[in-house]
Amino acid sequence: MKKKEDDEKTGQCQCEHGYTRRGFLASVGVGAMAAIATTSKLSSAKEASPAELSAEKAVVVTLLVNDRTHRLLVEPRWSLLYVLREHLGLTGTKVGCERGECGACTVLIDDLPRNACLTLAVEAEGRRITTLEGLMQGEELGPVQQAFVEEDAMQCGYCTPGQIMSVEGLLRARPQPTPAEIRQAVSGNLCRCGTYPHIVKAAARAADLKAKR
Amino acid sequence: MTVHFSYVRPASLQDAMGQLTGDNARIHAGGTDLLGCLRDEVFPVDKLVSISRLDKLRGIKKTTDGGLSIGALTTIAEVAVHPLIREKYTALAQGAAAVGSPQIRNQGTLGGNLCQKPRCWYYRGEFHCLRKGGDFCYAAEGENQYHCILGGDYCYIVHPSDTAPALQAFGATLRIAGPRGGRDVSVADFFVPPSRDVTRETVLEQEEIVTEILLPPAPAGLRSAYRKVRARQAWDFALAGVALALEQEGGRVQKSRVVLSGAAPIPWRAVEVEKIINDSTLGAEVIREAAAAAMAKAVPLSKNGYKIPLFQGMLEEELEKMRGA
Repeated sequence: MKKKEDDEKTGQCQCEHGYTRRGFLASVGVGAMAAIATTSKLSSAKEASPAELSAEKAVVVTLLVNDRTHRLLVEPRWSLLYVLREHLGLTGTKVGCERGECGACTVLIDDLPRNACLTLAVEAEGRRITTLEGLMQGEELGPVQQAFVEEDAMQCGYCTPGQIMSVEGLLRARPQPTPAEIRQAVSGNLCRCGTYPHIVKAAARAADLKAKR
Repeated sequence: MTVHFSYVRPASLQDAMGQLTGDNARIHAGGTDLLGCLRDEVFPVDKLVSISRLDKLRGIKKTTDGGLSIGALTTIAEVAVHPLIREKYTALAQGAAAVGSPQIRNQGTLGGNLCQKPRCWYYRGEFHCLRKGGDFCYAAEGENQYHCILGGDYCYIVHPSDTAPALQAFGATLRIAGPRGGRDVSVADFFVPPSRDVTRETVLEQEEIVTEILLPPAPAGLRSAYRKVRARQAWDFALAGVALALEQEGGRVQKSRVVLSGAAPIPWRAVEVEKIINDSTLGAEVIREAAAAAMAKAVPLSKNGYKIPLFQGMLEEELEKMRGA
């Protein structure tokens, strides 16, 4: 319980990954932890006023990730990708080109697939963010993840989280997509191993699995 | 990680314009082009003014004159699937659908697509080129296979937008808000060729913001299309592209607008094509003549001569599809 209270104070996630907290301490330093505790109450006042966030100072933002609210300190220049991985420990979202060209960092923002590398964390405030981890159903894989395993839709696996998020986004909008819609939905995700035919099969199977659950 | 910058997300358009003072303040709309530019340090930035909270700049609605208004913050994906745009302004829907990747289209905005920076690899790379205030265009005698064949003058970029050619073919107008009042600028006049000013792409001033894209009513008998040829089918910029908007009656072209992408530093109106096809039926001879005329003034660089037959073939195919429609 003590841990939970600490977490609320610091605005950090309470997830079970021990490395989250360590990573956070390592990158922003202990001084910043105290700063969060004292400034977190100001975050609601910040909403109304369009105060300029100064360049090198971190500010508190509230992010809704996988249905959990996280209050954390970010610099204006930090991408959502960086914050997800380095500060929330959600390393399912991969770093690729950081230019929006490869799709490895695909997450859902308000149910739509987007590149976390091209989204500033400060811009994601107030939006509903879903990462690969958010597709888990407890200890079980979600239907799209399960379908990728069953169809052997990966080789090295690096692009897989992004592919899965693009398929998840597609199925949320179109539960029974055509093969052409599937191909289009994953067209922003590069796979250098070339598993594309398996990915398309996996997406079709995922639609079936989702319908059954 | 990018350089440090301050960030503000104003709640009103007036505030946003007020915040855009200083040469190094930049507008953040969808951020897809901007964040890439920041990572590559293409231009200096010390402040971002995010307009993403300005919900009045979103959405597609009919105008009183029978045309269409598209808010500048409307996403490319929303433009691509909108039923009225698909039906009446097909080339725009097709152009929007051809932009970037699904992720980019979900995030990028129509206003941002018009204001995006060129994709020349020297401009994006670590070269202090003419467009960045240097005194040399590295593409002129360098790796210029994706550069322009028309309208190049000191600088040989191609304009990267897929929506601008379609908008120009429809005679669209941009509504621009500025600290000293607003102004309307036609898409045709919005882009700045390098012969006029090699350091800017549009006429937008520092404190101005594009708020709305206005399409005139689509006349009866209007048919339009956008074709984009690229090195791979998914997620690429145009090697060659064309937006056509033709009004035909009884098999004859009454009026036409043909605008090329991937050809020039600005969306390039191919008036030579229009002259030949206007008041004509789109027979094989007319089509061949028109496609050839489009490239009559083309001046290829050392590595992009392939674009001339590519444009001709593409134009022939697209005009063929328009025949009798």
